[in-house]
Amino acid sequence: MTVTRTLATSGRVLTQVRHDPRTVGLLLVVPSLLIGLIAWMFTDTEVFHDIGPAMIALFPFIVMFLVTSIATLRERRSGTLERLLSMPMGKGDFILGYALAFGLLAVFQTAIAVSFAVWVCGLEIEGSLWLLFAVAVADALLGTALGLLASAFARTEFQVVQFLPVLVFPQVLLGGIFVPRDQLPEVLEAISEWLPLSFAIDALQAVAGDTESTGWIVAKLLVIGAWIVGAIVVGSVTLRRRTP
Amino acid sequence: MMNNAAVADGAAIVVHELHVRRGRTRVLDGLSLAVPRGRIVGLLGPSGSGKTTLMRSLVGVQVVQSGSIEVLGLPAGSRSLRRRVAYVTQQASVYDDLTVRQNLAYFRRVLGAPASDVDRVIERTALGPYAGRLAGSLSGGQRGRVSLAAALLGTPEVLVLDEPTVGLDPVLRVELWQLFRSLADEGATLLVSSHVMDEAKRCDRLLLMRDGALLADDTVDGVLAFTGTDDVETAFLRLIEQGRPDLPPRDAAARDTVPDAAMRDAEGSR
Repeated sequence: MTVTRTLATSGRVLTQVRHDPRTVGLLLVVPSLLIGLIAWMFTDTEVFHDIGPAMIALFPFIVMFLVTSIATLRERRSGTLERLLSMPMGKGDFILGYALAFGLLAVFQTAIAVSFAVWVCGLEIEGSLWLLFAVAVADALLGTALGLLASAFARTEFQVVQFLPVLVFPQVLLGGIFVPRDQLPEVLEAISEWLPLSFAIDALQAVAGDTESTGWIVAKLLVIGAWIVGAIVVGSVTLRRRTP
Repeated sequence: MMNNAAVADGAAIVVHELHVRRGRTRVLDGLSLAVPRGRIVGLLGPSGSGKTTLMRSLVGVQVVQSGSIEVLGLPAGSRSLRRRVAYVTQQASVYDDLTVRQNLAYFRRVLGAPASDVDRVIERTALGPYAGRLAGSLSGGQRGRVSLAAALLGTPEVLVLDEPTVGLDPVLRVELWQLFRSLADEGATLLVSSHVMDEAKRCDRLLLMRDGALLADDTVDGVLAFTGTDDVETAFLRLIEQGRPDLPPRDAAARDTVPDAAMRDAEGSR
């Protein structure tokens, strides 16, 4: 693994994204528009106040998952991954290069989404805005890391999209947006305790309501971080130079 | 012992008893061959004969069941070979949403080749007029040339090219073969696959392949003399009819069973 190859890969991925205005739009603008839509739907009610923080977790997570998994899958399909792996390209360079590029996009995306939710939609944040931003970035990175991992187990774009209902939707349903997690049946609550998105939603709601200590939120951040690192490590281990 | 001395001495690639299975199909069934250094070797056969699988095995991206492959004296896929061996897949493996120059600049950084290499390979493949265009906006032939240009970065010693001339107009095809010849003159070893038998006459040696086995491993003249024909297409058919491959002896047992080839080899006709 070398810094040069990792950074070369990140730079290349970002150049590719820049050449595709639609993807730039999807990444930077769409999550904010969806948050705006929710805020508008629930005008004059308390609902947006309650679920707004969760929406900051939800849309960037899904968008990053989708874009990352398809981008890396295209690399497999186009033969460029095979070319790179027949070159002196480390598997870690490749995965980390992607993670860095989409991580950077996630930072921009989150900054826009958080700003839009707070200053345009009027989402009230009792706790630290910086902490909210940190959790939201970690959450978008989580989407990227899981997307990288999912693409390792898919052979076509069609199969990658199938991971959305399998891997992503259950996390959304059990994450405490529809039913608070402590009101779920015992088994489901136990499962939801382990799902990475639950940590992000818990942390964002805690920052928004200022209901927990900074230490508690940082602990949640660390768990999300562990999931990110784990997904990236497993993703690069499952990358094979030799294929059948 | 596994190859006759004449071939093994100058060989860039030596394959011995290679078995490859893809899914339940045996694609390569005990293949042995040698590619001499500094030559253009044509790998010819109908589609589905195992050419691509063989090439993938040589560059170390194919899972192989058994057998040995040595490239430049090292096991295929060795770390140090990744700089010295370049592989061009049948479909252009380039990024459609990057310009020609951006594609080459990225691959150059991955290889750690000198910065001047990008301009050198653009000139070599006559891509100058398209350097600023997105690869996705080019014709199939032009994209193929970008893919080839990427393989020339870092001046590899061995080039493995999978059907590089497919779908090209005759003028471009001639230009490409001139490029291959000049690369070989500079000392590179080229293994070029094709399903067009016509292209055989441009090669120094031929590997004729069918159903995962070799029909011939000889010079063009050698193949024609062995089969008593004057074009490679007919020679190919003759070899199938005869059911007797035109192969150099690879060990003592083979020497006994293939007297013709053994004799030709002894006379040093190659």
